[in-house]
Amino acid sequence: MTNPINEITEHAQMMLLIGTNATEAHPVIGYKMRQAARRGAKLVVCDPRHIDLVDEADYWLRLKPGTDIPLLNGLMHIIIKEGLEDKAFIEERTENYEELKEVVASYTPEYVAELTGVPVEDLYAVARLYATTDRAMIFYTLGITEHICGTRNVMSIANLAMLTGHLGRPGTGVCPMRGQNNVQGACDMGALPNVYPGYQPVNVDANREKFEKAWGVSLPAKIGLKIPEMFEAAHKGTVKAMYILGENPVLTDPNANHIKEALDNLEFLVVQELFLTETAQFADVILPAASFAECDGTFTNTERRVQRVRKAIEPIPGQANWQTICQMVTRIGYPMAYDHPHDIWKEMASLTPSMAGINYDRLEKESLQWPCPTLDHPGTPYLHAGKFTRGLGLFQPSEHIPPGEVPDQEYPYLLSTGRILFHYNVTTPYSGGISSVWDKEMAEVNPVDAEKLGIQTGSLVKVTSRRGQVTTAVRVTDRVLPGVIWMSFHYASTPTNELTSAVLDPVTGTGEYKVCAVKIEPI
Amino acid sequence: MFISGQKRKGVKVLKMVSIVINGKEVEVPAGSTVLQAAEMVGIDIPRFCYDPDLSPLGACRMCVVEVKGNRLLPAACVTPVFEGMEVNTESEAVIEARKTILELLVANHPLDCMTCEKMGDCKLAEYCYRYGVKESSFAGEKHQYAIDDSNPFIVRDLNKCILCGACVRACEEMTGQDNLSFLYRGFDRKATTAGDVDYIESDCVFCGQCVAVCPTGALTEKSMVGQGRRWEYGRIRTTCPFCGTGCNFDLAVKDGKIRGVLSNPEATVNGRMLCVKGRFGWDFIYNEKRLTTPLIKKDGQFVPASWDEAFDLIAERLNAIKAQYGPDAFAALSSARCTNEENYLVQKFARAAMGTNNVDHCART
Repeated sequence: MTNPINEITEHAQMMLLIGTNATEAHPVIGYKMRQAARRGAKLVVCDPRHIDLVDEADYWLRLKPGTDIPLLNGLMHIIIKEGLEDKAFIEERTENYEELKEVVASYTPEYVAELTGVPVEDLYAVARLYATTDRAMIFYTLGITEHICGTRNVMSIANLAMLTGHLGRPGTGVCPMRGQNNVQGACDMGALPNVYPGYQPVNVDANREKFEKAWGVSLPAKIGLKIPEMFEAAHKGTVKAMYILGENPVLTDPNANHIKEALDNLEFLVVQELFLTETAQFADVILPAASFAECDGTFTNTERRVQRVRKAIEPIPGQANWQTICQMVTRIGYPMAYDHPHDIWKEMASLTPSMAGINYDRLEKESLQWPCPTLDHPGTPYLHAGKFTRGLGLFQPSEHIPPGEVPDQEYPYLLSTGRILFHYNVTTPYSGGISSVWDKEMAEVNPVDAEKLGIQTGSLVKVTSRRGQVTTAVRVTDRVLPGVIWMSFHYASTPTNELTSAVLDPVTGTGEYKVCAVKIEPI
Repeated sequence: MFISGQKRKGVKVLKMVSIVINGKEVEVPAGSTVLQAAEMVGIDIPRFCYDPDLSPLGACRMCVVEVKGNRLLPAACVTPVFEGMEVNTESEAVIEARKTILELLVANHPLDCMTCEKMGDCKLAEYCYRYGVKESSFAGEKHQYAIDDSNPFIVRDLNKCILCGACVRACEEMTGQDNLSFLYRGFDRKATTAGDVDYIESDCVFCGQCVAVCPTGALTEKSMVGQGRRWEYGRIRTTCPFCGTGCNFDLAVKDGKIRGVLSNPEATVNGRMLCVKGRFGWDFIYNEKRLTTPLIKKDGQFVPASWDEAFDLIAERLNAIKAQYGPDAFAALSSARCTNEENYLVQKFARAAMGTNNVDHCART
């Protein structure tokens, strides 16, 4: 997020939500949005589903799945046509505006209404509202990124914010809400194939030399494989061995059967896990992991805030995860020894300028948002004040890119997936309390389709895509559009990702979880 | 003298007023309530319905004070200060009024404090102790509500409810779920769900904000029932392991075991707000399916092994594969659920020990 969570209630006059179901996926942020809306901040929800926040919204743009770019282009078209763009901001802080103008010129309200299903008058109203509200924040989540055009969707959002000067000030910004507790931190720490901690590219000589010196070994310059490429390589037999920490790709990655075949094909697999998960079943060696309550450390939340995680009980497997990793790596032949997670943080921070000012002593007293380059730096609540990281903000306009797989005669329904409030990915099914109440998938089906299929809430159906087949109970509800079935991916008994698309965003390798074609058959 | 709202070096300067509290002259910001003013100078005024995170209600009358020139005893939580105000927070009349309120509440309260989960953290007990109220001269009917333990998370015993309405306001103003309200009149008045059904039958999302603000034992955490007295728990502040919001809370630990999650008002992002997962989903920690020892697959079956055996096998196989196929035949998946420190070590493992940049995690999947 460019801006902090608490600006929702403290500064924002308007919130534009696109592809984010905050009250379920980020509940406390969702509560804050609801508080702000009830105190008078304008709320616009762009979502094909009737999510909870629709009931608090001033406008609900119920776009068809996979039409985010036309919607955003349409809003920009109106803003430019009516002269509501922030000319000073565009002039001083951006480049490539002419190309943006050119691309959005063809996205007339009438054309966009046809593509997205959003009425022309709503397009005008929301475009005017966003452009003329001084402090307006945009929020998005996986409804934007989990598409074939995820990167292009994000750029289109950035275009809209730059066009209207909604960046670099409190109560503005582009706020992707990161999924997991520490997905921000895992990226920040360089658990990515192209960068060291703090997003320092591995193929820049000076970076590599710095880390080589610190770690006492020579390091590879070649960018590594992204997750889908790893599994592809395991399929082909070029990746022979893997180590997997605390992830369960068999349930959570798209096109699960393909993942299983890849894991099966490995010569050696190590999994470090809390439970004997669907992925751990494929392991040659399983190392028992400690939970968050058994380890000292830090998590970094979606607003770049580094916060302490504190050990409350002794590790159930006898040792903390960092100790297990150090012992394993030392045995492999590379000595790794630390006295405490603080020493690990210190080593990382000494190599990472954007974190250099953060240490455990400071975190005892406060949480800090990076960039925080020095010990006397207060941290950075919002980014891009006065200047973007690259200097000028680059408009990168996009044409409409339809989903990789759309319903047809054989697979007539559109499957979209996401999270529900009561579960978080694949850990909460191990919570006795939660799983005693929310114990099975309840796929959402529109009443029109339910009647056609002859099913009711509670009926069991078979859902089949070109890649797999699962069984699920259904809930008949107009939360979803006719022609759409919506499912979560939390339950091992209904492994939804056996259905999801093999199509990836070409830049990030993110799967198109939000759109694929299925057929539904009553059982 | 600065006027409210006037800016000086970019800082808003509040207008201050002088008041006298319990004979002591103090300066407090204009617009403060008497209760806030008293807090600023370290005077504790008892309160049930007042909660700094909720809208003021002024209903319980426990915070009444004496204000010179006012014939009535106004509620401190809704009475603003004014220049020259003279307040007595513990005058005879005030104490008498508070005792009467407590006696009225106690008249219709189970008084089963010895087995009550909230003992040690109950405002009713605290104020009865403070004002020496142990029984009531108001004999009368007592509620006989059935206890609602219909759900795995919250025990609702409305016999212990003092109708402060904190739960109703928390549900509406914090979560915005609007699941609770006051129903019925007079003696039958009840803070309950729409239709007065059990929580599990209602629109409750089990965020537990109602539990966090309840001043008595009316709403308590089911996981903590019979597990310990409130003062016996160590509170370890930590960060939630589920979504990316970064809520903080306290793990309530007794005898080396976690028994519950308690809100921590100091939490930067969330204050006392949490969701069902953060407040009640932590019990996965004690799921009997937790792995406790390394396992090695032999003939398709997982067999328990020592750490040494597991590390030896890993070292042997990974080194052999690296020697035969090169470093890029190895790939590591790190975790968006694990700590920064663990993620740092995993990428260092892949890069420094194995010699490959094949390291990623589920940010993209």
